[in-house]
Amino acid sequence: MREAQSVQIEARDHVSLMRVSMAPILAILATMVICSVLILWAGVSVVDAYALLFKGAFGSLFALKETFTRSIPLIFTGLAVAVAFRSKFYNIGAEGQLYAGALATVFFGTGLVNLPAYLMLPFLFLVGALAGGILLLVPVLLKTRLKVDEVVTTLLLNFVVLLAVSYLIEGPWRDPMAMGWPQTASIVDAGVLPTLVSKGRLHAGLIVTLLAALLIWLLMRFTVLGYEIRAVGFNAKAAEFSGVNINRTVVITALLSGGLAGMAGTSEVAGLKGYLTLDLSPGFGYTGIAVAMLAQLHPLAIIPAALFLSAVYVGADSMSRAVNIPTYIADVLVGVSVLAILVSVMLTRYRIKWP
Amino acid sequence: MSRLSFKGISKRFGSLIANDSISLSLEAGEVMALLGENGAGKTTLMNILFGHYEADEGSIEVEGKLLPPGSTEAAIQAGIGMVHQHFTLADNLTVLENIILGTESLWSWRHERSAARSKLAEMADSYSLAIDPDALIGSLSVGERQRVEILKALYRDARILILDEPTAVLTPQETESLFVTLRSLTDRGLSVIFISHKLHEILAISDRISVLRRGKIVASLNASEASRSELAEKMLGAAVTRPQLEAMEPGAAILSLQGLNAYSSDKLPLLENVDLTVYAHEIVGIAGVAGNGQAALADVLSGLNRNISGRLELHGKSLIDAGPAEFVACGIGRIPEDRHARGMIGDMAIWENVISEDLRSAEVSKWQIFVDKAAAVKRAKRLIEQFDLRCKGPLAQTKLLSGGNIQKLILARVLSPKPDFILANQPVRGLDEGAIAYVQEQLFAARKRGAAILLISEDLDELLSLCDRIAVMYQGSLSEAVPPAARTIVTSSAL
Repeated sequence: MREAQSVQIEARDHVSLMRVSMAPILAILATMVICSVLILWAGVSVVDAYALLFKGAFGSLFALKETFTRSIPLIFTGLAVAVAFRSKFYNIGAEGQLYAGALATVFFGTGLVNLPAYLMLPFLFLVGALAGGILLLVPVLLKTRLKVDEVVTTLLLNFVVLLAVSYLIEGPWRDPMAMGWPQTASIVDAGVLPTLVSKGRLHAGLIVTLLAALLIWLLMRFTVLGYEIRAVGFNAKAAEFSGVNINRTVVITALLSGGLAGMAGTSEVAGLKGYLTLDLSPGFGYTGIAVAMLAQLHPLAIIPAALFLSAVYVGADSMSRAVNIPTYIADVLVGVSVLAILVSVMLTRYRIKWP
Repeated sequence: MSRLSFKGISKRFGSLIANDSISLSLEAGEVMALLGENGAGKTTLMNILFGHYEADEGSIEVEGKLLPPGSTEAAIQAGIGMVHQHFTLADNLTVLENIILGTESLWSWRHERSAARSKLAEMADSYSLAIDPDALIGSLSVGERQRVEILKALYRDARILILDEPTAVLTPQETESLFVTLRSLTDRGLSVIFISHKLHEILAISDRISVLRRGKIVASLNASEASRSELAEKMLGAAVTRPQLEAMEPGAAILSLQGLNAYSSDKLPLLENVDLTVYAHEIVGIAGVAGNGQAALADVLSGLNRNISGRLELHGKSLIDAGPAEFVACGIGRIPEDRHARGMIGDMAIWENVISEDLRSAEVSKWQIFVDKAAAVKRAKRLIEQFDLRCKGPLAQTKLLSGGNIQKLILARVLSPKPDFILANQPVRGLDEGAIAYVQEQLFAARKRGAAILLISEDLDELLSLCDRIAVMYQGSLSEAVPPAARTIVTSSAL
């Protein structure tokens, strides 16, 4: 009889802190090595390409501002995904929730409500968060009531929302002054997020998103609610037995998660464009999943993770202009880095024994 | 020549000596029991045999041939088969697929199912291990899954079968049929190593018994010459005295069920017209074969099942609409059957698990919003000391604790608020003698201070020695609770 000559995977007796913190760094190095094959294939020197990418992301004040600007929605969506994944609710719908937040922002922000700026901005973030949260309630209720898998429902809702946005900006909400372009009217001046530095697009959404990360960290770490969210994620049966109200916790988690993604929508509309178009987000909701995985779901680690991915996108843009490598290298880098981090996290907990 | 011999096996983990020059031999066609408390080194020894660990010193020979250390494949090739305590089967695959999993080459183009199927049918037939090869593992009972594990080992031509705590998850009937299977295997020349700490089972099934204590073999004897008390003494290093039930007058009625009906989430009846009153200073036992409604009764008394009708009262106050949080708040302590799945959150720290039932209490929270970690750690420290919990401290991760220590942690959480009513569901299942005595002492102490206790168990000996009254559960109905003096009635209706 043939025996399987198998590679064995064994749990490590203990996981050192050193290993845990080295995991993301080694994953990024592995990613760069793997992707250098593609760069060589494109006929460009690997060192040049990565140097250009780095320069494009951090090499000038303009580059830095762009990298930070791009990280704002990624921090929001990364947090949204991390909060949901912590309680084992797999929200793949941050993209749709982002657009729901953006829709609410333009609905209330284009003249329907007029408040002074110091009230208008919190109000817009609030309605954006509510829209995102309420949108996510649909899959949550389908899951808690009818046990419908949330991965499917949250993912498919993204397309529903995008089609709704498309309908609205082509039809009833189209700005008559936009000369036929499919976009909504601009939000009122009081609803525009101020820029942080002169000359550039970096806006105050950065402060909001950093505050959000800090608050989520405090919530998860120090509050009873955070305890309950973690408990439900680790072991829902034991949490229920101990008296945690599972449905209530899942609903609150969903409101938080959807809310954070919705705030990404508000921040993009009020901070960058001023109006809503169909290209508001080049997939920030999906990249948020990569951010959350890279940060291993830790709310504060979301910030460097989002900055890293944002740098990859911004840097790859600039690199592709300088040498003959398509910008799609950024998507490959992000994809490979997520796989690499998953493998390296596994390797911190398990060792592989070769035959 | 012995079928298997261990020669001077030693294994150290840091300063801990898990195995201390162990020499043992196993003959063809015999069942050898390996007896020892949790942590005595049984599992380490078997892991060395199966190639999971390499021994620091010593060697293993199978049929006189040296077994290469640290290789699972070599162990399987040499005819060693292991049935783990926690099954290693894939729920979403069929019996046949699970059995051939890993034996097929990754590079073969097609499955060789028909050959496997006939080999399996032949084995099932000759060892009377009947099983449907196309059934999904997920649909099988625990006893059937164990049968699949045994078939899986036999399929790989095992000549030496290691069973790690095989009866911990079985009902008495399933245990009985496992023993029949083991006998038919040894009749055909297989050798079995049976790991357990249940003395009566070891005496019933094994030919020889080796007792391990703190990594050393302290006794090797023939089963026919061994007695239960002698084995317990060898295993623990001292005579074990299980606590004796002290006569006591029952006090006021604490918990009362009247005409209680419970239904599953799809409205199927689980409990029918259950009447039961438990008084202060009293332990009432629920006997019966598993699957007759004990789990449903435990769910109701834990506050988990709210599809109920009839009366459920504590101190005369109705709990018919209450959930787990209210149950705990009004003085009900619950020791769950499955301590890993329900009792503890393994990924959380010990200090987090000791506060899980009163997160918003003034003691461990601030304004019911923030977790007061300092207070929780203080409580954990106090309980670790009081309940003699062996751990690295309140910040240690709970899943690193041994089974006995996890049960102590649950007892600490449940008993320290001094509940008026205690539901103890299989509280000593899978524990070793020392831990069993400890749990029983704790229950007796609670009874003494005036708690009413409901003890659900499948072990009649345990019920007879612990309970003031015993009721029998059968198909969702509960008999009247009677003193164990009427034990003949109890045994005849339970079996």
